[in-house]
Amino acid sequence: MAVIDSDDFVKALQDMGFDFFTGVPDTILGGIIEVLSDRRLYTPSVREDEAVAMAAGAFLGGKIPVVLMQNSGLGNAMNVLMSLHLIYRIPCLLIVSWRGFEGKDAPEHLVMGQTMPQLMDTIRIPHRTLAAETLVEDLRWTAQTFMDQRVPVALFLKKGVVKAIQP
Amino acid sequence: MQSRAQAMQALFDIVGDQPVIICNGFPSREAQKIKDRDGNFYMIGSMGVAASIGLGLALAQPDRQVVVFDGDGNVLMGMGTLATVGALRPKNLTHVVFDNEVYGTTGNQPSYSRIVRLDQVAKAAGYATVERVWEREDIIYEFKHMLANDGPHFLLIKVNEQIEDADRVALDPADLTKRFRAAVGPG
Repeated sequence: MAVIDSDDFVKALQDMGFDFFTGVPDTILGGIIEVLSDRRLYTPSVREDEAVAMAAGAFLGGKIPVVLMQNSGLGNAMNVLMSLHLIYRIPCLLIVSWRGFEGKDAPEHLVMGQTMPQLMDTIRIPHRTLAAETLVEDLRWTAQTFMDQRVPVALFLKKGVVKAIQP
Repeated sequence: MQSRAQAMQALFDIVGDQPVIICNGFPSREAQKIKDRDGNFYMIGSMGVAASIGLGLALAQPDRQVVVFDGDGNVLMGMGTLATVGALRPKNLTHVVFDNEVYGTTGNQPSYSRIVRLDQVAKAAGYATVERVWEREDIIYEFKHMLANDGPHFLLIKVNEQIEDADRVALDPADLTKRFRAAVGPG
């Protein structure tokens, strides 16, 4: 399976216009966060609800924001996504690591890992699962959905799709 | 002790073109009644993240002073954000907290701010200026001083439990976003 280089991925996001990056780390996201931090583009957050709210503030100020998080953080962020972003029509890109995919992970990740796509469908957040083979099309869809619907858009990231620091 | 609406009126008399993020519940309703303006962002949900929204805006537009009107229940819910503000130290953020020591919008259930000193938490977190005030003249003096100097600032205003008779936020949330973005601009 082809692996996306973190540097290329960040550059692709910047080329699309994304210019505000915050989040809470996960091992799957380590490589991306390292590149963002090296380029002084990343503002760490302490909780995922704070992160999506910071992204909302940045959008109100003219930025195009990205929030990186582990899928456990979607639980923390959900009320803010539902009672701020979705009703105020404030978009952001959520890059969410898919822990618990196909049940192969620690027990704490299994319920979210199984139900995440349905949860996002239920609260009407459009989502896709990123793959190296479909990267260009995935990002094109992301930009289009972000612009058209003005809501948070989620890209799910499975282990090994973007190069991490720790294998 | 003043009511929150009285304290808010004193602050709005000083606010110029600074955007103001106002937390959910009665604070937003009272702000709409006291001084509705394009630069007001009224939250109607997402309790606990007023300061996070203000922080994101302050980082996006570092040359613009950003004001947050918050409450004690809100700060307690999103207390981690005091650490984020204290660590990032945005110079252009003034975080005002109306502290009535209760969850006023839901029926005056007591909050822990009567026991835990939120101003001391903000100070420990690293806000540049922290003040706790009760009187109108002190509110005016400190708020003016904060807007004119580098922050981040934390202004805790002790207020009574009185709630102003104020309608719900009138504008549709999506229209509020458009109005606010047009007022604040892309910086």
